[in-house]
Amino acid sequence: MIAVEPFTEQVVFQRPRAMTGAPTTYCPGCMHGVAHRLVAEAIDELGIRERAILVAPVGCSVFAYNYFDIDSVVAAHGRAPAMATGLKRVQPDKIVFTYQGDGDLASIGIAEILHAAGRGENLTVIFVNNAVYGMTGGQMAPTTLPGMKTTSSPLGRDTRTMGHPIKMCELLSQLDGAAFIARRSLHSPAEIRKAKKAIVQAFKTQIEGRGFSMVELLASCPTNWDMKPVDALKWIETHMVPIYPLGDYKTRVES
Amino acid sequence: MAKQLMKGNEAIAEAAIRAGVEAYFGYPITPQTELLEYMSKRMPELGRVFLQAESEVAAINMVYGAACAGRRVMTSSSSPGISLMQEGLSYIAASHVPVVIVDVMRGGPGLGNIAPSQSDYFQMVKMAGHGDYKPIVLAPATVQEAVDLTALAFDLAERYRTIATVLLDGVLGQMMEPVELPAMRALPTTPPAWAITGAAGRAKNSVVPFRMQADDLEALNLELQRKIAEIARREVRFKEYLIDTTSGSTDKAELIVVAFGTAGRVALSAVKAARQKGICVGLHRPITLSPFPDERLSQLADEARGFLVVEMNAGQMLQDVKLSVGGQAPVRFYGRTGGQVPMPDDIALEIEKLDEMTGHPLDHKIEGPVALRPVDRPARRQETSRTSRN
Ligand SMILES: Cc1ncc(C[n+]2csc(CCOP(=O)(O)OP(=O)(O)O)c2C)c(N)n1
Repeated sequence: MIAVEPFTEQVVFQRPRAMTGAPTTYCPGCMHGVAHRLVAEAIDELGIRERAILVAPVGCSVFAYNYFDIDSVVAAHGRAPAMATGLKRVQPDKIVFTYQGDGDLASIGIAEILHAAGRGENLTVIFVNNAVYGMTGGQMAPTTLPGMKTTSSPLGRDTRTMGHPIKMCELLSQLDGAAFIARRSLHSPAEIRKAKKAIVQAFKTQIEGRGFSMVELLASCPTNWDMKPVDALKWIETHMVPIYPLGDYKTRVES
Repeated sequence: MAKQLMKGNEAIAEAAIRAGVEAYFGYPITPQTELLEYMSKRMPELGRVFLQAESEVAAINMVYGAACAGRRVMTSSSSPGISLMQEGLSYIAASHVPVVIVDVMRGGPGLGNIAPSQSDYFQMVKMAGHGDYKPIVLAPATVQEAVDLTALAFDLAERYRTIATVLLDGVLGQMMEPVELPAMRALPTTPPAWAITGAAGRAKNSVVPFRMQADDLEALNLELQRKIAEIARREVRFKEYLIDTTSGSTDKAELIVVAFGTAGRVALSAVKAARQKGICVGLHRPITLSPFPDERLSQLADEARGFLVVEMNAGQMLQDVKLSVGGQAPVRFYGRTGGQVPMPDDIALEIEKLDEMTGHPLDHKIEGPVALRPVDRPARRQETSRTSRN
């Protein structure tokens, strides 16, 4: 007689519960999809899907409400932290987070993000910095690197007339209301794993009621950078990381 | 309940609290600030949310967020602050969430001044932000009416999931009058089914102020228009003083003054004075500026000899009155700008001019705005009909 080994299946990878599975509108090589997945995994691991609320921005991730299987709203361009404040203040038991691009957060919405951090608003912010305005076709953002060519700085960003990159982690970490501020990058599997940990920590900061938390994720935009996806990842490492150093900018333990 | 003496701004705040407002977000601006200050004290006392926002832009988006959570929420501001809120108001309209806005209007344009005005009529009634929609706009003329309309604003906002605005001027905001406040209402216990409260034990909800596909966006627009039409059918409110009971004359008014808010209140004094002089004049005071009482005005125009619109602006509601009257009778205008409040005597003079006009109404189609200070101008017919018919 032949002994038949029972066939066992082990799931090693699947869609996070907090994602709907709707196909995304993102370009090939875009990092928004990776960032979404990390957020969804963090939500699953912390068991907060049923009380999580997404405030999506105006930008390429305006459709994020469609990809996350959680209650969601879409804010006006730059106003996600204000809208999140309204949602959170009337229901402090919910876990409210914004997901914002660098044009949204560091340009038009810089007042709202600064004041949300200053108030120590108990929110989490996922800040995706791809150094350009993706959705409108790759114009210069406040985060665009010196010399970097964009569709509205065709000769490269001249710091004498177009100013210098605004470094949000450095800025916000100065505020007493900020509890956890960190910058990570999505340019390699190792960095992606670190990014995930920071996102979990940011949500934990909110769950524990310790105040404002933000994780900045350096991300590529191959379409608007006019690069191959792999080259774009390399470019994050060689060009962006030196200007936007990775690390924890603020970890306040007490609330 | 006994009456108490209260300032307009504070009375509105207390009325909102009694109507069950759960969260207030705002930014200081004269002549509205007492409302915010009152809230800063009362809301925390009651365990409700008060937050002084970093700007009106932030305030309206906080309001938007709390409204998405299905909570009763409001903000208040004055003209320049309302200008800053326009984008947010448009998002709120697109999202079908209920909010209450109080606009205590001041003189414009620009920084203008802090004196009373009605020059946000266009801003609130016609175009509270980009896109095709209209908020409900309620215009009180006394502090008591401001209290009553504040409560109504919350009811209407929730019934139609729309923006309801209480539109008043700095006179009413700053004036003290005896008011009777309504009883404290219980707060709602469960948020509505569409609210953003976390997808616990149900499919997720989303509140989204856009539709990428033209078909879908048109459907959203049609839904908004259906709602606006329903509101227009059911919610028009106005007050009229067409028969003078004090002078002993029971003649129905042949001349109609149309004015809202403080201008309406002053106009009533002028109407009464003119009645004493034997002029058969009455007042129509719209309470809902949106929906506008167009059908009623059109009805009045069937019989009226002429209309006089009085506003504390350069002629904004005037356009709606003209549309309603539809050329059936001449429509004159008297307005003051810059934060000036029209005086009863000035209005009375305009009523007399209207009374002097004879002949077929279509010979007197007066294109407003014409009047500055009437005392500065000769009150001759040739003068007032100079722009007639072309
Ligand atoms: C008030 C307003 N101004 C401008 C725009 C146009 N707009 C849409 S997205 C966007 C920039 C988005 O860039 P970013 O925030 O960096 O996000 P990304 O698309 O790169 O993810 C702009 C300017 C708008 N929708 N609203």
